[in-house]
Amino acid sequence: MVNPSPACLPPAGMPGLEPRWSRLVSARDDDGVSRTWHVLDTHADRSAEGIGLTVLCVHGNPTWSYLWRRVLASAPADVRVIAVDHLDMGYSERTGTVRPLARRISDLTAVVDALDVAGPVIVVAHDWGGPISLGWVLAHQTDVVGVALLNTAVHQPAGSSAPSVIRLARAGAVRRAATVATPAFVRGTTLLSGRRMSRAVADAYAAPYRTSDQRAAVGDFVADIPLEDDHVSSAVLQGVAEGIRGLAIPALLLWGPGDPVFSDRYLHDLEERMPHAEVHRYGGARHLVIEDAPMLVHDLWMWIDDVRKADPADPLGEAGGLPVVPTERLWAALDRRAVESPDEVALSEPVGGAWRAITWSQMARTVSNLAAGLAGMGVRRGDRVSVLIPVGADLVAVVYACWRIGASVVVTDAGLGARGMARALRSAAPDHVIAVPRGVALVRAARLGVRGHIVAASRLAAIARTGAELDPPDVPELDDEALVAFTSGSTGPAKGVVYAHRQVQGTRDLLLRHYRLTTADSLVAAFAPWAVLGPALGIASVIPDMDVTSPRTLTARAVADATCQVGGTVMWASPAALSNILRTAEELTDRQLADLQTLRLVMGAGAPVDAAILHGVQRLIPAAEVRTPYGMTEVLPVCDVTIGDIDAAGPGPGVLVGSPLPGVELRISAVDSDGYASGPLDASPGVLGEVLVRASHRKVRYDRLWSTERAASRDHGWHRTGDVGVLDVDGRLWIAGRLAHVITSSTGPVAPVPIEQAVQRMPGVEQAACVGVGPVGIQQLVVVCVTSDHRTGPADLPLIDDVRRAAGTDVAAVLLRASLPVDIRHNSKIDRTAVAAWAAERLAGRR
Amino acid sequence: MRVLVTGGRGLLGSAVVSELGRRHDVLAFQRHASQSGAREVLGDIRDSKSVQAAMDGAEAVVHLAAKVSMHGDRREFESINVQGTATVIEAAQRSGVARFVHISSPSVAHAGAPIIGAGAEPADPSSARGAYARSKAAAELIALAADDARMSVVAIRPHLVWGPGDTQLVDRIVARARAGRLFLLDDGAALIDTTYVDNAAEAIAQALEVCCEPDVHGRAFVVSNGEPRTVAELLGRMADAAGAPGPFRSVPSGAAIAAGHVIEAGWRVAGRTDEPALTAFIAEQLSTAHWFDQRQTMDALRWHPSVSLEEGFTRLRAWYASAG
Repeated sequence: MVNPSPACLPPAGMPGLEPRWSRLVSARDDDGVSRTWHVLDTHADRSAEGIGLTVLCVHGNPTWSYLWRRVLASAPADVRVIAVDHLDMGYSERTGTVRPLARRISDLTAVVDALDVAGPVIVVAHDWGGPISLGWVLAHQTDVVGVALLNTAVHQPAGSSAPSVIRLARAGAVRRAATVATPAFVRGTTLLSGRRMSRAVADAYAAPYRTSDQRAAVGDFVADIPLEDDHVSSAVLQGVAEGIRGLAIPALLLWGPGDPVFSDRYLHDLEERMPHAEVHRYGGARHLVIEDAPMLVHDLWMWIDDVRKADPADPLGEAGGLPVVPTERLWAALDRRAVESPDEVALSEPVGGAWRAITWSQMARTVSNLAAGLAGMGVRRGDRVSVLIPVGADLVAVVYACWRIGASVVVTDAGLGARGMARALRSAAPDHVIAVPRGVALVRAARLGVRGHIVAASRLAAIARTGAELDPPDVPELDDEALVAFTSGSTGPAKGVVYAHRQVQGTRDLLLRHYRLTTADSLVAAFAPWAVLGPALGIASVIPDMDVTSPRTLTARAVADATCQVGGTVMWASPAALSNILRTAEELTDRQLADLQTLRLVMGAGAPVDAAILHGVQRLIPAAEVRTPYGMTEVLPVCDVTIGDIDAAGPGPGVLVGSPLPGVELRISAVDSDGYASGPLDASPGVLGEVLVRASHRKVRYDRLWSTERAASRDHGWHRTGDVGVLDVDGRLWIAGRLAHVITSSTGPVAPVPIEQAVQRMPGVEQAACVGVGPVGIQQLVVVCVTSDHRTGPADLPLIDDVRRAAGTDVAAVLLRASLPVDIRHNSKIDRTAVAAWAAERLAGRR
Repeated sequence: MRVLVTGGRGLLGSAVVSELGRRHDVLAFQRHASQSGAREVLGDIRDSKSVQAAMDGAEAVVHLAAKVSMHGDRREFESINVQGTATVIEAAQRSGVARFVHISSPSVAHAGAPIIGAGAEPADPSSARGAYARSKAAAELIALAADDARMSVVAIRPHLVWGPGDTQLVDRIVARARAGRLFLLDDGAALIDTTYVDNAAEAIAQALEVCCEPDVHGRAFVVSNGEPRTVAELLGRMADAAGAPGPFRSVPSGAAIAAGHVIEAGWRVAGRTDEPALTAFIAEQLSTAHWFDQRQTMDALRWHPSVSLEEGFTRLRAWYASAG
């Protein structure tokens, strides 16, 4: 037992903490003893009249109300924010008693009552503040209109052990030593999370826990974690955990996934209890997510604003105002062809130097048996399945079997790199994994807490055999999740993108219609994602002999041989693959060259293709139509354009990507002088702004990225692409760069791509990047060039003159570099953010 | 309007006299006669009697007179720039002058860090670099403190004024280039704002027009061409305009600044009064970014530079061609 001491006010000078917020509040606890709390209150020194909402913030262990200072600082005038220090914590009274969970809930009730809080209330809580505040919420449901939880837990998920940090800290002697006798636990909390935290802030967190007496409750809190069923707080926590299943109010889960204590599995447990909760995982953030994620407080207020307007961000499950035409299911064409042409080839793939052909009837049977077999193992509708299998018959069978069950396929391609894949998988949190040995190794190394099965691909045949004896699973709904794909991650960590069956069907239908695909067509699938769509399109596919994860390995001979197998008429390939086909074209025999000529349509895929490459492909296969598409992981395809169109158009305000495909609508939201796309949705030509897309095959949402989703979908039914572009008088779209790369000069926003194109057309210039330096709104344009003589430093006067003339606008400086940084995944997109940082430093001069 | 211009003989002063002369009745006050043809009276701003006499009947004052040098005796900077400004201000107040445009310098608010798109920060004599900047900072504070209901005061800070006939900056650069001694600090990549002389003169004339407006009086405005360029390009263009070879050597800026200190100290010890080749102040100016946010200046003064840098260099080239 420790010595009691009274509550007091925090010392002045803590960064971000306003002294006027601090107040001491007294109330009687359940024993009738008067206790005093330290509370931060935006209205400590003013009347609470006219308040429309109270936000009650509840900290955990071992922090204090300081955690919430930025929430208080950014509160609107008509919102009262209260942040309470628990008794024995922060600057509240040291009672000399031990206060288990039930007592902490009644303590919170007492202090909130003493603060004259009137509804409506939104509760925000972190760490063990979660169970305490949720206990209060369950008893005050008529007043509470929303709850936001940051890295917390209400339940130890079944079959898992407590976090090792906590288990260690709870072990008797260690607990006293770590939590009370020394400041290790207090300091550790800020150290664990505080990569961005200044020394002064870390000191402020530790300030009320300087002596072991001050820290007594830090240890008591840890001791109060009910790891055993007979623990004094076990029943209370159980009541909270079950009680929140009945909460129908808006909920928001804001999560730092790098938390060694409250890891993602606690997030998943909360998601399961509150399926309606919005979720945002802040990549790279850890336990003190509010310190690690600079956008969190802004996002929190945005959500609170939505809750107040009773207009939460639209989940946009429907097609966003477009007519919804139910179409044939993803496996329907496969089943149909199995009946109509059972012995024709559905898929041909190279195996050990020979071609293996799978007929439509074989494929349909495998899919149906595998679906039943996987369902029999416990893969259920709504489960997520990570499929780590190279493109081929096994992958196709697993994907269609999952779709048939209603399980969602998590697609992570090797282009993300091992770390990126592990990160993507952790965010998507698949329930099952089906993988080749390398994939299994990756999943194990990523320490992915897989709830269900990790299935070796070698077992698929046996699972299908078992399935042959089982009933087929029920048919899933159109709006069941079908797919989680990932953005390239060239502008930050890869984002998960969720598609339902309806949207995948929409993509399939658009491809069928726009490219007039019939059963007479066959697909040379050099681009992995499209290889999977063959059966849904009802057309035969052939996979060329290549490492599909490495497009540069595709040779012209491999394409010719593959085309010959099925009399291929349509080919999709990435720019890198097309480039390599051209590079190796002289190895083609006359016979192989002739084989290629059955192709009637060659499509770029994955990224825009250079005109030079398109011309080369056209020369190789003169009769084929050569097209390059525009689209993104969130909606694909959007536009496409032929090489003829590009040639006819000539230079313009960017890269010509063509007209929108049928059913796709485009709008432009003008960029303002500060670089924000704040303009109204505009279809008129000549406006430079962010490109918005509306189409029924657009993604459903981003995965566990509520704030990102809300920003991208803030115009009902439209997706903000993050690209900037211009529509021309013919309704064609020209892409002028990324919104984040727009230069905000004092004469208005400037897009980089048209300037880069003009400079790159100059003789002697190999590459150019156009970036801005200086404050938003008055940035100066800088062109960074790679010249053929590879000089470095400031350019000479004649080159500067030429660049200014080509750019047609004021360029402050022209700098030369030996090379430009490019993104990792595509190895082609110039990393303008890195170029801008480099240029800014050079042009600042001596520091 | 009857306008008294102090210091009407230098590059900027003579441009201001000629610009104002189109609209106003201008009297130039300076120590030495000029050949400008403008009405002028000779005198020293340290002499309050002659200042007061020149002020007689003036409705407005443009105060340019100052010791502009990168080197020199601190007391002389103070007596001319600080005391002189106080003398002119007091005389203007006594004569009932309604408009007062004080010509200042962006260096009054510059503590040595790169300036990247900054506005006109408050003058600070304690952190300004060097005797000139410190004296100009004190002078600007005196001038702006005099802004009141009877006399509107505005401070204009033109940045690096240059043009044909410029003996301060362009001629020295050209002379060095011709001697093969024009070097760059580091790569000369620091981004620097400059002001073509006619633009500065027009901004000052416009400041006189709008001096009494609420968003103008009592404030300081930086004036530049709004076209920052690298030091390498600026020196190259100036040398090129005179047909001299461009800058060719690169000296690490740290070494140059250290060398500047040594030369400066040596000059002082030797008691020489002509300009040392390089001062630490200049080395710093030419190795760190100096460019400004011109939006407030343009809005408040309703002014826009009329001569682009490109046109300015064309005029400079023509001037050198005709001057031989």
